[in-house]
Amino acid sequence: MSTLIQQTLLYMVPLMIVALAGVFAERSGVINLALEGIMIFGAFTGVLFVNLVQQAGWFTPAKESGNWVALQGFEILAMLFAGIMGMLFSLLLAFAAINLKADQTIGGTALNMLAPAIVLFIVRIVANQNVIAMADGDAASWFMLKKSMFGYGRNEDMGFFGMTFLNKTYIATYVCILIYIILSIILYTTKFGLRLRSCGENPQAADSLGINVYKMRYSGVMISGFLAGMGGFVFALTAANCTANGDVAGFGFLALAVMIFGNWKPLNIAGGAFIFGLFKCIAACYSTLDINGDGKYWLVDIGISVHVYRMLPYIITLLVLVFTSKQSRAPKAEGIPYDKGQR
Amino acid sequence: MKEILSRWYAKDSVKKILSSLISILIGLCVGALLVLITGIFKSTISGKGIWEGIRIVFLGILSTGRDANGALSWGLNASNLGNMLFRATPLIMTGLSVGVAYKTGLFNIGAPGQYLMGTMTSLAIALSIPSEVVPAWLIWIIAVLGAALAGALWGAIPGIVKAFFNINEVIACIMTNWIAANVVTWFFDGSGFCNVQEYGKTGYIYPTRYNNVATVKLGLDKLFAGSQVNGGIIFAILIAIGMYILINKTTLGYQLKACGSNRNAAKYAGIKDRRNIILSMAISGALAGVGAALYWLSGNTEFVWSTYQALPAVGFNGIPVALLALNNPIGVIFTGIFMAMLNIVGQQLTNLTAYNEYISDVIIAIIVYMAAFSLVIRVWLEGKSKKKAIAEESKEVTKKEEE
Repeated sequence: MSTLIQQTLLYMVPLMIVALAGVFAERSGVINLALEGIMIFGAFTGVLFVNLVQQAGWFTPAKESGNWVALQGFEILAMLFAGIMGMLFSLLLAFAAINLKADQTIGGTALNMLAPAIVLFIVRIVANQNVIAMADGDAASWFMLKKSMFGYGRNEDMGFFGMTFLNKTYIATYVCILIYIILSIILYTTKFGLRLRSCGENPQAADSLGINVYKMRYSGVMISGFLAGMGGFVFALTAANCTANGDVAGFGFLALAVMIFGNWKPLNIAGGAFIFGLFKCIAACYSTLDINGDGKYWLVDIGISVHVYRMLPYIITLLVLVFTSKQSRAPKAEGIPYDKGQR
Repeated sequence: MKEILSRWYAKDSVKKILSSLISILIGLCVGALLVLITGIFKSTISGKGIWEGIRIVFLGILSTGRDANGALSWGLNASNLGNMLFRATPLIMTGLSVGVAYKTGLFNIGAPGQYLMGTMTSLAIALSIPSEVVPAWLIWIIAVLGAALAGALWGAIPGIVKAFFNINEVIACIMTNWIAANVVTWFFDGSGFCNVQEYGKTGYIYPTRYNNVATVKLGLDKLFAGSQVNGGIIFAILIAIGMYILINKTTLGYQLKACGSNRNAAKYAGIKDRRNIILSMAISGALAGVGAALYWLSGNTEFVWSTYQALPAVGFNGIPVALLALNNPIGVIFTGIFMAMLNIVGQQLTNLTAYNEYISDVIIAIIVYMAAFSLVIRVWLEGKSKKKAIAEESKEVTKKEEE
């Protein structure tokens, strides 16, 4: 059970935070189809940051002396860096969509193509192969939270809570959840959040009340870029052992689907992300999944092909969208470039 | 002369072509810039290497390798040109797939999935019908038709959910892409189509020549010696012309376009909007499926069947092909060949310099990005010609006043 929850969280949290990235862009009125591209870019820059800092040796003493608090700081620093790079990358979309009033779907597609191309081009030249990894050690030895850090011995049991939510987890997961909660509250209870949302519903009315629609949309896309870039790195760190190869397995698109399924509302999105995280987790580790701890792997025993499990998240997304389409309510002005002249 | 030129310049189609050419030029320049920047930062790449890289970015298709002194040599390279046409074949088809859907107001990002379904069906048909019993040309035709049908069915799924449940076709297409990637792996995994005869090739499907099925060469292989080109490119061009006629000259094409520009108005005019949306996606899917058949039935291409983690780039590259051609089926022929040329350029860059083939993906992405605001470029071009006209008018006025 512990593994199931841990693995589900591993997939759920990046999905959730990137879906929230989509919410911020779309609620401000810009379709951010580029989530996948920004994730790829964020994953790459984050891993590159870790790699370069390791080579510079800033955190080597901390690693050698077992100062795990400093290493957690390193991890958060890398997340921050990936987020900022994602934000810069998303400016390309913001510029095309807001200033030049370009087709947002095409602009997003362009970024989705640009990110892996640039990443692979640079990775190939820097690392002479198609994947960039940490300069030294792996994600588990540097960043993973372990029993020993909380004063437990190798064979001691931390209890259900500890074994599930502390042992063998990453602090990145909890930072993401915290950011998710804070940003959701900001979106719904602050002046800024209200203004941002109004720009996605009726920008003309918002403008007439003195809100700068362009500025709001820029902030929406930039927050979106930050979250997606950070989410990309978190995905690379927790699910890909801190490596980047110009690919995040379609998570950006899946996040987009989660966002639509969650009806552009944070609470529903968290629920949606949980469902897809669960199915992704089943697909990834169904053969070693022992749900009630009786030593039987019944997901293998029922003899369904692994390919079916791999397909399930996508099929279920499609089905859920079909069944929830009636209640679906997208921000009214999303995808429409704001033109002052049309007021 | 000047008058003729300015009248020609004022034409809408000329402006469209110009805006595409500007996009291409900017894309290539960014590619060259990237070569320059990485060259400066990477100590192992010399100034000469940078200059060679930049020249290949612009003229790679004419590169014939290196001469005895190690300098780059240039000239018409028959095998490169032939391979360019061969790779252009599926690109033209996926470009048509995206372009036709776009004409009808749908963004078909599902071409990779439709392409994969076409691949699966065409290979399965071409390899399972024994060529001793049925003539090879008939198998070829059945395989192409099967691929078209499979692509059409796969394309129709996003069409159906769009028409009946109003789900954004982009999301539906992305989901069907990944489902297709898994279906294909599932289908081939453990099947008799995997190549077990040649050592170390179990990850591949048998090339169709094992069953004596191959696209007719039509003499093109002699024209472009040493390349893989075959009659598929002619077939693709014919289909493109056919699509042009369908979209622009028939009632069905008009209905499809009407649905795309305003669904409600079309419905009000008595056009069945749902049927047309599904039909448009099915046609797009069929085009992508045929593209796959034309590529994999060539006889010697080997398909890696474990696709569940990655989607074919050819499908996504249909998007820039269509955008660059402004969704005109005839234009797609040229932009498809251009994209294939970029592909060859990337290969040359890998073979001859310290750079790698991903530069061509960067260039393509920049071109798509530019295409996103091709409208801005066109407005800019228009503004320029208008300014000219105004300036000339005022000149004439002052002349008259002087008289």
